[in-house]
Amino acid sequence: MPVTLARPRAFVRARAVQRLLAFGALIVMIVVFSIASPNFLQFNNIVGILLATAVNGVLALGVTFVIISGGIDLSIGTVMTLSAVMTGVLITNMDLPIVVGILGGIATGGLAGLVNGILIARFKIPPFIATLGMLNVAKGLALVISGLTPIYFNETPAVNQAAMGSLIGSLIPGLAIPNIVLVLFGAAVVASLVLSKTILGRYTFALGSNEEASRLSGVSVDRWKIAVYTVCGLFAGLAGVLIAARLNSAQPSLGLGYELDAIAAAVIGGTSLSGGEGSILGTVIGAFIISTLTNGLRIMSVPQEWQIVVTGGIVILAVYLDVIRRRQRA
Amino acid sequence: MAALLVEMDGIAKRFPGVNALEDARFDLRPGEVHALVGENGAGKSTLMKILAGIYQPDAGRILFNGEVVEIPSPRAAQQLGVSIIHQELNLMPHLTVAQNIFIGREPRARLPFVVDDRALNARARGLFESLHLRMDPRRRVGDLAVAEQQMVEIAKALSFNAAVLIMDEPTAALTEVEIGELFRIIRQLRENGVGIVHISHRLEELKQISDRVTVMRDGRYVATVPTADARLEQIISMMVGRTIFEEATEIPDNAQAEVVLEVRNLNRGRMVRDVSFELRRGEILGFAGLVGAGRTEVARAVFGADRADSGDIRVHGKPVRIASPADAVRHGIGYLSEDRKRFGLAIGMDVEMNIVLASLQRFVGWLGRINSRLTRSAAQLQVTNLGIKTPNVRQTVRNLSGGTQQKVVVGKWLTADTDILIFDEPTRGIDVGAKSEIYRLLNELAREGKAIIMISSELPEILRMSHRIVVMCEGRITGVLAAGDATQEEIMAYATQRPAAA
Repeated sequence: MPVTLARPRAFVRARAVQRLLAFGALIVMIVVFSIASPNFLQFNNIVGILLATAVNGVLALGVTFVIISGGIDLSIGTVMTLSAVMTGVLITNMDLPIVVGILGGIATGGLAGLVNGILIARFKIPPFIATLGMLNVAKGLALVISGLTPIYFNETPAVNQAAMGSLIGSLIPGLAIPNIVLVLFGAAVVASLVLSKTILGRYTFALGSNEEASRLSGVSVDRWKIAVYTVCGLFAGLAGVLIAARLNSAQPSLGLGYELDAIAAAVIGGTSLSGGEGSILGTVIGAFIISTLTNGLRIMSVPQEWQIVVTGGIVILAVYLDVIRRRQRA
Repeated sequence: MAALLVEMDGIAKRFPGVNALEDARFDLRPGEVHALVGENGAGKSTLMKILAGIYQPDAGRILFNGEVVEIPSPRAAQQLGVSIIHQELNLMPHLTVAQNIFIGREPRARLPFVVDDRALNARARGLFESLHLRMDPRRRVGDLAVAEQQMVEIAKALSFNAAVLIMDEPTAALTEVEIGELFRIIRQLRENGVGIVHISHRLEELKQISDRVTVMRDGRYVATVPTADARLEQIISMMVGRTIFEEATEIPDNAQAEVVLEVRNLNRGRMVRDVSFELRRGEILGFAGLVGAGRTEVARAVFGADRADSGDIRVHGKPVRIASPADAVRHGIGYLSEDRKRFGLAIGMDVEMNIVLASLQRFVGWLGRINSRLTRSAAQLQVTNLGIKTPNVRQTVRNLSGGTQQKVVVGKWLTADTDILIFDEPTRGIDVGAKSEIYRLLNELAREGKAIIMISSELPEILRMSHRIVVMCEGRITGVLAAGDATQEEIMAYATQRPAAA
């Protein structure tokens, strides 16, 4: 006789709810802002929102993996900066081909992530502390390597063109969406496939859901944890390359605070800070919520300091929703 | 007689400060259920964790099919065909059933690193079919009931083509019906030649399921006997090293005693529906029912841990509003959770602080200073009265045994002057010797005039301790029985009764 016991389905529904809620919030925001200001739906402004989402979005993709695995990575902002500086050094200072600069920047991020992973998995340093340390290490190294000054790509205009030029615009005139936005969506598709279809993705969820159970099931927990942080670092590296290309320069003092926006994007998109739950689609929506909100408030001439207050409030609200969700499950 | 599948000999294991095992022995034949029993701390789990590759022994040898083997990791054990189901379920709630079963061994698609989810689900489905269980492999484990999760664990263990299956207290969280289902599967596995190790505190189960029983005590091997020849009292006396005289309960006549707690039409969600009962001074009121029948939920609502949707509660005849545990304590109600470590105790703090925790305001002097002379003597009083086995009141609670910890919680509520005590599964995870002490304590408290609600999933315990028995099913009270003439069968009948249209 099969044992069947009914259990409330609230938990099942609640999971999909936050993503729908986030998407709904995005739509509402767009409607409200476009009523409030005729400039909001202008093509140039939409491109502005897309541009603002690109870098933060890529950072958020990486940190989504880490958060689902039950960890946190505070270093992604300054690792992004370090990667940008590394790209600048390779291309401008060392005169190496652009491709080398791009790959070098991404690899720098991956290396930082690898170190984070080793500190956390092998040396059992709590993720919060390990990555807080890496935050400062990367920040310092960026300053050291750059010699405290921005590195410009004036000799290699192709760098900026690659990011800000528009492949779509050349195919469909008038729809000049910068390539950097395509990179975000491309990276999101890759991240989504990795998370849902590969063993890396499967173990990311398994670690966040019950690390001890994973270990006792014969999963090499340490190795996969290192892999998760490395993936996060690779995305931070990519974000570094993107921001350097977009600004046509590597700014060594930029980057602090980006990690919180990225974590906020993931959480708003329904990734649970207690691990085990989350999705790439949600994170992308979350990243758009943040940039749309910032953009809309600016268009409505809300002072910048108040914009910051509002985004902070949104993050608290999103985390509170996560808490409610978990309470329903218990 | 079949050849031995596993032989463990002279096993020793030392943890910092404790000799967990010393000269432990165990063997297992294919196609038998071998019960491993002993009090808490006897070393059963440790011994089996060594066989499962989780711990490494300091001495001794392990033979597998007659050959000496090393088992350096859980994975090595799996490769030998040893699977273990731990006391705490080890599943990933956010993953699906199939994902849980094949974690670490996912079938791969042709692309590198990509999981073949279709093959994954098909394999899981096949596995459940071979167990004659109905289960959708795509359901998330977090949505399953505990018994279903247990089945997932078993399916997972068997998916390794296990020759040896170790089950550490598999029935602790299951209801009688679910245990029957589990035993059906165990018998099926036995017929297929699997050697099964069954660790349990519930001795009545041994007779039903096991072929041989090995008794351990204080990390040592005591004896192995064929179950058919063993009497329960004999096994118990081997476990404790002495004979326990069970004190028969005489049921006092409480019918005229004052009603101290009256609950009327209590509702909360789906788990508490229209619950009414009364509790008298000096009475032990047993709450029986299957796991998930709503007993704990009733207790939590009465205690204010969860807010009731509707209903009236009267304490000593006066209507009271209980919106929080603080309200409940003020009205003299104490709740002893089934999960002591999580909800009952601050396990990192000492006995003294735990005992005064619920009544700390009384011990606070000028500027919020805690009067440690008063707290010391209050704690000392409970240690003496309840016979709490601790070297001193400064002992950290974590280092005490389960039974002693339970007494510390009792001491906390007595210090808080509660006269209504709700015990939720008071003997869960407590060994046989300490169990009878808890029973004695409950009887003692009742004699002193405390009113006690005892929630228990063990029917013998309900029958032995209760003066009256309330039976719940699916959030409703389906029967109230006088303990004197109630039988296990009768209680089960009420506990499985679908509430009829009232």
